[in-house]
Amino acid sequence: MSNAVAHADAHGQAVHHPKLQHHFETMQQQKEASTLGMWLFLLTEVLFFGGLFFAYLLYRMWYFEAFAEASRTISITPGLINTAVLIASSLTMALGVRAAQTSQRSATVRWLIATIFLGLVFLGIKVYEYADKFEHHHVPGANFISESPWAAQEQIFFSLYFTMTGLHALHMIVGVVMMSVITWMAHKGKFDSTYYTPVEMAGLYWHFVDLVWIYLFPLLYLVERHN
Amino acid sequence: MSEHVSPKSVYYSIFGALMVLTTATVLAAYVNLGSFNAPVALAIATFKATLVVLFFMHVKYSSRLTKLIVLTSLFFLLILVGETMMDYATRGLQGLLPQLH
Repeated sequence: MSNAVAHADAHGQAVHHPKLQHHFETMQQQKEASTLGMWLFLLTEVLFFGGLFFAYLLYRMWYFEAFAEASRTISITPGLINTAVLIASSLTMALGVRAAQTSQRSATVRWLIATIFLGLVFLGIKVYEYADKFEHHHVPGANFISESPWAAQEQIFFSLYFTMTGLHALHMIVGVVMMSVITWMAHKGKFDSTYYTPVEMAGLYWHFVDLVWIYLFPLLYLVERHN
Repeated sequence: MSEHVSPKSVYYSIFGALMVLTTATVLAAYVNLGSFNAPVALAIATFKATLVVLFFMHVKYSSRLTKLIVLTSLFFLLILVGETMMDYATRGLQGLLPQLH
């Protein structure tokens, strides 16, 4: 608990945790404010992705056959592996936060590195999938080739596929960068059971990115797979 | 700190449940449920999301205000989807607004 050192030197007031900012009365209040702030941001992210999910909903309703045909051309295996990878990364993230909560510095660093690693695996598989799409001429625009009578509507599906997974991948990249910073801070011993808020906030963001994928996977990869 | 620390076993159990549910999602996709395929897939996804939010994101052990904000995001998402869909659903009525497709 070496971080919880009293510091009253410059204040002439009661001692407080060095990480307690002056507009807060207690560490708990400060942490609550951080948590609420992060959740409000995630609320805006729900609406951000929500708009794209709505577009998907509408066009799937209008052009179901085209969506089913286009979705069936996507290989399930990389998507399924990626789903497992992301859920595992949420596990390692949660364990990382727990390690910080219990002042286990090296365990925190190890779990965070595992989270970053799994995030990079996810992105790597995505690169493979995107490259595969280019080869099969599934990229909307000049690259797109399809003999199907539904070609125009299939392009709509792939536009949504690339926009939604692309935006998601961008969020993953931001998450990996942010997590790298947090890992460095953890390595430097900045966190312990009295102050681990940045780890937890980064964790909330990371879990949110996982949540988006949990919805993306069935909607993009699993349209009318029976028969 | 009076923060709730979840035991590791809880995290591992939730992970296991999420893996099982992911498998269920894929298996269900290969069964012909007619028009219920999409609702079933979304229901499983929502259950998975609930587990992540409650346990991995710790909302089960968060303040009531935090829980309220989480529910509020769903509320506004429903307004976004619902109201926008109302626009499309009411197109072409009485020849007043053109149908879009």
